[in-house]
Amino acid sequence: MLDAQTLSMIGKGIIETLYMVIVSTVCAYAIGLPIGLILVVTDKNGIRPFPIVSKVLGFIVNLLRSVPFVILMISVTPLTKKIVGTTLGTSATIVPLVIASAPYIARLVESSIKEVDAGIIEAARAMGTGTFRLIYKVLIPEAKPSLIIGGAIAITTILGYSAMSGFIGGGGLGDIAVRYGYYRSETQILLVTVAVLIIIVQGFQELGMRLAKRSDKRV
Amino acid sequence: MDTNEPIISLRGVTKIFNTKESEVDALIDINLDIFQSEIYGIIGQSGAGKSTLVRCMNFLERPTEGSVIFDGQNLADLSLKELLKVRQAIGMIFQQFNLLMQRTVLKNVCYPLEIAGVPKKEAKQRAIELLEMVGLSDKINAYPSQLSGGQKQRVAIARAIATRPKVLLCDEATSALDPMTTRSILELLKDINQRFGITIVIITHEMDVIETICDKVAILENGRIVEMGKVEDVFVNPKSAAGKRLVFKSDEQFSEFESEKVYRIVFDGQSAFEPIISNMVAKFKAPVNILFANTKNIGGKAFGQMLIQLPEDRILTKQMLRYLEERSIKYEEVTQDA
Repeated sequence: MLDAQTLSMIGKGIIETLYMVIVSTVCAYAIGLPIGLILVVTDKNGIRPFPIVSKVLGFIVNLLRSVPFVILMISVTPLTKKIVGTTLGTSATIVPLVIASAPYIARLVESSIKEVDAGIIEAARAMGTGTFRLIYKVLIPEAKPSLIIGGAIAITTILGYSAMSGFIGGGGLGDIAVRYGYYRSETQILLVTVAVLIIIVQGFQELGMRLAKRSDKRV
Repeated sequence: MDTNEPIISLRGVTKIFNTKESEVDALIDINLDIFQSEIYGIIGQSGAGKSTLVRCMNFLERPTEGSVIFDGQNLADLSLKELLKVRQAIGMIFQQFNLLMQRTVLKNVCYPLEIAGVPKKEAKQRAIELLEMVGLSDKINAYPSQLSGGQKQRVAIARAIATRPKVLLCDEATSALDPMTTRSILELLKDINQRFGITIVIITHEMDVIETICDKVAILENGRIVEMGKVEDVFVNPKSAAGKRLVFKSDEQFSEFESEKVYRIVFDGQSAFEPIISNMVAKFKAPVNILFANTKNIGGKAFGQMLIQLPEDRILTKQMLRYLEERSIKYEEVTQDA
């Protein structure tokens, strides 16, 4: 069986992972949500068409999205060092996590907002709603259930990325799995970390679905 | 305000949509005046440009050419901010109701008041009053998905008139409703028109809707207005082909009769709603075959038309026609190319 030391290491890993994932998700939403909204609003069929903005932004998003996370993680190390001061540990992992997931979140937000019935938007415009109020009084509230589901998808994706960062000393459960499971072939520890990851992913997924369902008033 | 000034005036309004391959003329040179407190119907088949036309009135669609004057202001001259203000003075309801699905009924009606900057408490009170007026005071905390189509449209109407607009635009507002509900919604609109003097513009493809509540009508076909005027005039004597098609829906049916003795008689409100045909039959003791009838009692006067077949006997026929003339009822012989 696992000894107390291993268990406490796994416990620490869980906390580190949750810290990385939650902080990264919050930061990534701070960047991705506005980008997603701008993509929808400035689209050529959007509320305030500005095709140049939406095309340039869309191109940057696609560019970042096409770089595999492992490579992105390595390529941004100089930036990470500048921001955090080190390239090792959980805080350092947050930088590539945010850079990789913000564009992903922008696309998730974009697709959620695009689900809002065009008729509702038209009615709001007919009532004299300006662009800004249309966004926060109509688009976001009407897309809320879909945005919450998007959030659950984003958080589980970021969790997956965070585990990958174990290969460059990122900390958390991924780091444990790499060091013990991969380099030392300690299968038992590997299996435990996998089980814990599955439980965390399922937890976030379930929570997201329930929140989305409860917030949705469309029956 | 001078009552002779139209509240909405369209001059030479043309709208062209540019698609990838071609240009589509949705509206061509539309000239239209709508006066205060009128109920103005715009009828046409789908694709005639009705929806585009009504959207030009609040600049949801900007005309390619021509001007839209609302309450003395040319909408094209307004800044975005001023335009938003004008839109608050023009309510609009839709075929699909377009309620905010994540807001309660009460919050839906509060929405335009929020946008207009009405204090929350005041807005809530006004919304409750309006919901009482449309007969939904027991549903204020329900969500739109819990309501029937007719109830949703009532909420939409309450929402549309919350800011006391001067005009209410109705885009196929009854097309998704059954006939009974349609009737009750039209009654509500009529009631609102009479109580508040709000001008109502109704877009529809149903002649019934026009007949029931409109004062004036414009017939739209392929982006052009082909006929306009008072409803009773257009209804009695449509001049355009499109108008005839709308009013005499059954032309195809009675063109089959080959007899020369088929007459269309028209009731244009000149005669009282009396049983003319049965009186005529009683007088001449000769049979009259009613092939088609579509008459309505509007304000105690007879409106509509009837298609009758008179006896073979020429003299009798002449006498009968004179009988109709004496009662100032217009008639015409129906020929095959009807």
